[in-house]
Amino acid sequence: MATTAVPVPDGGIIVGKPKWRPLESEGNLAMLLLLPTIALLLMFIAYPFMRGILLAVTNSKVGVIGDFVGFENFARLLKDPIFHAVVYNTFLYTFVTTVFKLILGLWLALLLNRDFKFKAFTRAFILLPFIVPTVLACFAWKWMFDPTFSVLNWMLFKLGIVAAGAGVNWLGDGDLAMLSIMIVNIWRGVPFFAISLMAGLQTISPDLGEAAAIDGAKPLQRFWYITWPLLMPVTMVVVLFSVIQTFSDFQIVYVMTGGGPANATHLFATYAYQLGVGTGLLSQGAAVSLAMFPLLFGIVIFQLMYIRRVETR
Amino acid sequence: MSNVTIRQVHKHYADFHAVKGVSLEIKDKEFVVLVGPSGCGKTTTLRMVAGLETISEGDIMIGNKIVNELPPMDRDIAMVFQNYALYPHMTVYDNMAFGLKMRKFDKAEIARRVNNAADILDIKDHLTRKPRMLSGGQRQRVALGRAIVRNPKVFLFDEPLSNLDAKLRVQMRVEIKKLHQRLATTSIYVTHDQVEAMTLGDRVVVMKDGLIQQVGEPLELYNNPANRYVAGFIGSPAMNFADTMIEEVGGAVYATNPTMRIRVPEQIAARMGPHKGKPATLGIRPEDLHMASGADPEDLSFEAVVEVAEQLGAEIILDLKAGGSAMVASVEPTVKVKPQQKIRLGINPAGLRFFDATTEAAI
Ligand SMILES: Nc1ncnc2c1ncn2[C@@H]1O[C@H](COP(=O)(O)OP(=O)(O)O)[C@@H](O)[C@H]1O
Ligand SMILES: [Mg+2]
Repeated sequence: MATTAVPVPDGGIIVGKPKWRPLESEGNLAMLLLLPTIALLLMFIAYPFMRGILLAVTNSKVGVIGDFVGFENFARLLKDPIFHAVVYNTFLYTFVTTVFKLILGLWLALLLNRDFKFKAFTRAFILLPFIVPTVLACFAWKWMFDPTFSVLNWMLFKLGIVAAGAGVNWLGDGDLAMLSIMIVNIWRGVPFFAISLMAGLQTISPDLGEAAAIDGAKPLQRFWYITWPLLMPVTMVVVLFSVIQTFSDFQIVYVMTGGGPANATHLFATYAYQLGVGTGLLSQGAAVSLAMFPLLFGIVIFQLMYIRRVETR
Repeated sequence: MSNVTIRQVHKHYADFHAVKGVSLEIKDKEFVVLVGPSGCGKTTTLRMVAGLETISEGDIMIGNKIVNELPPMDRDIAMVFQNYALYPHMTVYDNMAFGLKMRKFDKAEIARRVNNAADILDIKDHLTRKPRMLSGGQRQRVALGRAIVRNPKVFLFDEPLSNLDAKLRVQMRVEIKKLHQRLATTSIYVTHDQVEAMTLGDRVVVMKDGLIQQVGEPLELYNNPANRYVAGFIGSPAMNFADTMIEEVGGAVYATNPTMRIRVPEQIAARMGPHKGKPATLGIRPEDLHMASGADPEDLSFEAVVEVAEQLGAEIILDLKAGGSAMVASVEPTVKVKPQQKIRLGINPAGLRFFDATTEAAI
């Protein structure tokens, strides 16, 4: 750029070279603004991730640096029956809870999207399970599932479903324990679905429903042909988030069952923790966590592709 | 027969009385326009006819059948919304076909009707597109198409043109008029634009504050407004008003104020009996004013000061001050005036209207 004439507010003109202002270049400014984030990401995501990969290909334990062993840890996992159960559990847990969270969340969202008294209050109230610290909530649930003194069994007893002293052993039986942690996960996850889907519903103009009503669509048809397809992009994003979270769930299982009884409720995260921190087999724990990665990656890619298809329709 | 009868209809929202006893008889094939300022209850009235809003009081009949309790789908009406309300995830074809699909028409018949409507509305080339790929005018045509394919008893329009730019609005107005001439379907059309109302309506209903002010053919409203509100609402530029006192001097009746002393024409003067000695509002349309010449009698003219002159080619719009009140006059394009110039304006006596100062009803 040669000399420029810059008009200034009072009508005068500044003639001369522009000052050296590096931050006026968009590229430089962007870099500067990104730096803190990049530093944080490197420190807290990239480094631990790399560290995890390095750990997984060694045989280090707590207190032992260990040597490079290649894929031995992974090979061992493939033969580990507990790991097989973990994979099955995680998929089952994620699938079942996501389906129920979606159905219940959608149902709640449709209800909350109507006009009624105390609407704002109810909407806030619905969020409670989401706001309470998970660990605290899980302890409360653990008490409720207690076989002897708990409120659940007391209710079943009062209703005449179980005999005195023969309460359901919620967390002591493998299948029931799985059911229990699923219930807690659903309880905790529904508000997120409900609120997000409600936000999605609010972006759909009520005129569309009215136009469809005039066009002769009954309420269920209006939902199926109008609301559901228009809500689909939001639904997919919410499901994606939820799947990622649920697949790597830790707190609920750790507090409620610790993975038991007899490893029946272990998920990837809890098993990795038990192996790596509980037993001190750091490298094997790291291998379990890493094994989660390609599976989750596959699911996410599939869903992202689906979202893109829905959005460009 | 698809006449629509609205009988003493009220709408109470939780804490608001939006429609206060509207009665209206719409004949078969008639095009009736509801017009009034924003918030006067036009949309609410239309939505009660559509069945989208419950009726608090009164009856609505379509084709001599009370429809108060019928859901929208059973009223055999079609509605065009202000923001088009097209289904964004469906193609133009599917948007128009949706109502027919819901009513279980067979595929061939649906195709025939949709293609026919697309022909009439000139949107044949866009049938496979999504609404968001269309311009505002094209979307409006699709919305019209969706209404006409079903061949309903009544069309309801809620400000269908207000999202379009001025030029397109005029064009679509003409198309809607043509469409009505072709299909002859009973129509109720809501707008806040009096020009739209005047040009489209077989009859126009002027509303204000939930009440009907006047119902009539466009020219009837223009020539014989029932009250000051209608007089000021219909016509553009709007009618001028001046506060005057009615006096009788030597057998003639005059409307006077410090800047004018206007002789009230005979046939109106005959009705002035109870108003003598009382205030009344004089109304005169800009097009009934002209530059006064020697031929204009003193008592049919007044003095005013030019503030702004707007040359429109076919006419000049003068913004004036006459005494304390602002006035607008439409004069011949050849007139030469300058701002601040004092001029004398002549009144066409046939254009004089008078309104009771308190009730605002026409005298
Ligand atoms: N759902 C509603 N609840 C309360 N008041 C409403 C509702 N809908 C409209 N109103 C009020 O009723 C009046 C008439 O509204 P409307 O019929 O939409 O007017 P317009 O003549 O502009 O179409 C307005 O004052 C509006 O605020
Ligand atoms: Mg309106």
